[in-house]
Amino acid sequence: MTLPVLIAAAPGRVDAGDTAWMLVATALVLMMTPALGLFYAGLVRGKNTLNTFMMCVAALAVATVMWALVGYSIAFDEGNALIGGLDHAFLRDVGFGPREGTTIPHLLFMAFQATFCIVTVALVSGAVAERMRFGAYLVFAAAWSVLVYAVLAHWAFGGGWLQSLGTLDFAGGVAVEMGSGFSALAAALVVGARKDYGRQALLPHNAVYVLLGAGLLWFGWFGFNGGSGFSTGSSGVLAFTNTLLCPAATLCVWFALDLIRGRQVTAIGAATAIIVGCVLITPAGGYVSPGSALLLGALGALPSYAGIVWRPRTRVDETLDVLAAHGVAGLTGILFVGFFAQELWNGVGDGLLYGNAAQLGWQALAAVATPVYAFVVTFALLRVIGLLMPLRATEREEALGMDVVQHGEEAYATGEGAILISPEDGVRAPVPVADPG
Amino acid sequence: MKLVIGVVRPEKANDVMEALYRAEVRGLSVSRVQGHGGELDRVETYRGTTVQMRLSEKVRFEVAVSDPYVEPTINALCEGGSTGEVGDGKIFVVPLERVVRIRTGETGDSAVTPVEK
Repeated sequence: MTLPVLIAAAPGRVDAGDTAWMLVATALVLMMTPALGLFYAGLVRGKNTLNTFMMCVAALAVATVMWALVGYSIAFDEGNALIGGLDHAFLRDVGFGPREGTTIPHLLFMAFQATFCIVTVALVSGAVAERMRFGAYLVFAAAWSVLVYAVLAHWAFGGGWLQSLGTLDFAGGVAVEMGSGFSALAAALVVGARKDYGRQALLPHNAVYVLLGAGLLWFGWFGFNGGSGFSTGSSGVLAFTNTLLCPAATLCVWFALDLIRGRQVTAIGAATAIIVGCVLITPAGGYVSPGSALLLGALGALPSYAGIVWRPRTRVDETLDVLAAHGVAGLTGILFVGFFAQELWNGVGDGLLYGNAAQLGWQALAAVATPVYAFVVTFALLRVIGLLMPLRATEREEALGMDVVQHGEEAYATGEGAILISPEDGVRAPVPVADPG
Repeated sequence: MKLVIGVVRPEKANDVMEALYRAEVRGLSVSRVQGHGGELDRVETYRGTTVQMRLSEKVRFEVAVSDPYVEPTINALCEGGSTGEVGDGKIFVVPLERVVRIRTGETGDSAVTPVEK
């Protein structure tokens, strides 16, 4: 592979302005993963802060590497309708020439898409927080990023069957939101509930982390949706602006729902509403008018709010409500496009309300196929990993907290009673953990 | 009257509360403390610094009870706080010279007996 070949690889032209924006957008989306780590870490108990955050950091590690090795090729190589080929494995022929259909370098396109894969893997970790063994999670994250994320990305973005049929998914309602949400449900079912779930009040330990994490996620989401037009053209600008409007409407409705239900507007509810609003506009960003985006934010708050109220009353410990916040909101957004897509604004196609009923059919197809695929494959994958290694920590370890057990660190170490030992001694004494029996 | 002091694992504090409630012991104070018994030390590493954590987080219950409640209180602390491993904690029982209920000025046993509502 020589440089001149890479530069001259593809026909078309690279646009400087588009490339500049996409470089920034890629960095913005990458920041969403540590932001999610902060959001998740605030939602768990203090003794699991680092482990929860580290699950997001781990996505930055393994999902990125897997993406470069095979994930990108599975998602964006031509292949067939169901799965991409391996022609871009190990980033073969991914160079400085423009990616087909865009005016940005193929290499940058790959990096931008990588950040989506990373944050989606991190999202799933919310379902198994506070109990899954870190080693088993690393294996799961690596395999899931290829078997579930890359395949779904191929369906919706990479020329797969949903995209060919005409499903409109602007920035990841299929692969990112429904993909993570319904996988999270499967993961929670296979790994099982935390030992204290339903017996003790398991409260968020730092609401400020949650709010700050949500705020940074919203900030990053401008790159996520605004970059999904791959240019500074109208669809990217529309998606960018809708990313401002939709979550604001969700927040207002969420406040109202909180007031009706509990007589007080909650901070953690507000943080959740920001996420739900950003998810809602993800599939619709560049396809609906700003007015429709406000409506989507308002209406879409309802099913996710209901899901978050209902889920803790079940025995399913889908710990951080990835299903309600991402799966349900992503599904709502995908269906909304089927009604409210407007060619006047997007130049691509109309939805049911503007005279094209067929669009709703393609949207509904994605809203059925994606959850089924994500749930089934994730369920099977975790079952297989579970045969090879224990998926979760023992009850005693869970009681002690995953930070100390899995990482040998504490988020809030005081240093009192800590005695310096020489590095030669190494980590010889194991963490004192008793058998559950 | 005795003051029963129980130092237990933080993760067992809820179980102890439940056991005390079942034993009809209602009044108690709880504080977070750090302590060291016979348990193994945890080793933690922060960058190049490896340390042995000699102090473990514990929760300290203080329960002032009239004599008939001493045994039930001790039993509840043992039952709720036990995992069978080193580090489960200790119970100290000390005599109480005087108890005063601030609201009413009651003293003695009636001051440590919960008000019937």
